[in-house]
Amino acid sequence: MATIIIIYGILAVGLIVSLAKSKEKTKIAFKVAKKSLLKTAPALLAMLGIVGLILGLLTPEKISSLIGAEAGIFATLTAALIGSLTLIPSLVAFPLAGSLLRSGATVMTISAFITTLVMVGIVTFPMEMKVLGKRFTLLRNGLGIIAALLIAFLMGVIL
Amino acid sequence: MKKFLKQFKLPLGVALVYILLFVFSPDIARRSSEVTWEYFLEMAFILPPVFILMGLMEVWLPKDKIQKWLGNDSGLRGGFFSLALGTLPTGPVYVAFPLAASLLHKGASITNVVIFLGSWAALKIPQLMVEIKFLGLPFALTRFALTTIALIIMGLFMKAMLTRFPDKEWLKSRENLPD
Repeated sequence: MATIIIIYGILAVGLIVSLAKSKEKTKIAFKVAKKSLLKTAPALLAMLGIVGLILGLLTPEKISSLIGAEAGIFATLTAALIGSLTLIPSLVAFPLAGSLLRSGATVMTISAFITTLVMVGIVTFPMEMKVLGKRFTLLRNGLGIIAALLIAFLMGVIL
Repeated sequence: MKKFLKQFKLPLGVALVYILLFVFSPDIARRSSEVTWEYFLEMAFILPPVFILMGLMEVWLPKDKIQKWLGNDSGLRGGFFSLALGTLPTGPVYVAFPLAASLLHKGASITNVVIFLGSWAALKIPQLMVEIKFLGLPFALTRFALTTIALIIMGLFMKAMLTRFPDKEWLKSRENLPD
């Protein structure tokens, strides 16, 4: 809800300023918007479907049973895989991670889950590729996985 | 028709998986459809204004200013500015992709765009509050610090890579945007 208010608020201000300055340019802005939205539409539809499939399979209970029960490197790698695959709002992810930590998961596993969740988005691949290019997307997410695993390892050692 | 099929092959493929799932595992199919519907509603509300904002950015953002603030010679200040932009309370990461593309087009450096996207996804202030509450201050602070360092290294590396091996296909698709 807050997101919607903020975005529409920014848009309202932007539109008022833009219209006051030039009607012509505002029109062009809408044209650019329409064109990019249509171009991105197939990727967006695919993304929606994939999010549903993944979250339909990986419910919070399922995630808990996969990474909460056992410790060790296997749990950490599973956590990283789940984090990369899913797109979960932080309001759901952090409480889940907190309860897993309390029920015995290691810091390394939990940070692997959180860091991949926020740094790697396999579900958003189609959209990111459409908007920012294939190379950019593959590099950013590939490096993101490596960075996330390193961060998880360091956090396991430090904390 | 052929063009339509080519353009929509990915969503059509996903739709096929759903149909199979409805036949073989209706339970999962039902849960998945519910999730998809929820996300559809969210995106239907959020994405149109985001794309209009992107259009406004394409039209109004002064190229010389963006180049100066976020371009290749913006240095430490540019990096810091990108990081700060990303931490503002806004929305999910797919909101940031079109905005990042606009910034790139207006002359922001690849390093700064990578930092901006990373900070948008990983270092959001409201998200940090939730993290502190459920995982504790030490966890959140350590992750914040390490992620910041990682993003800077990733950004520098990606700039070097993409300068040497530019994504020609993508560059071609963006030729006719207004300056």
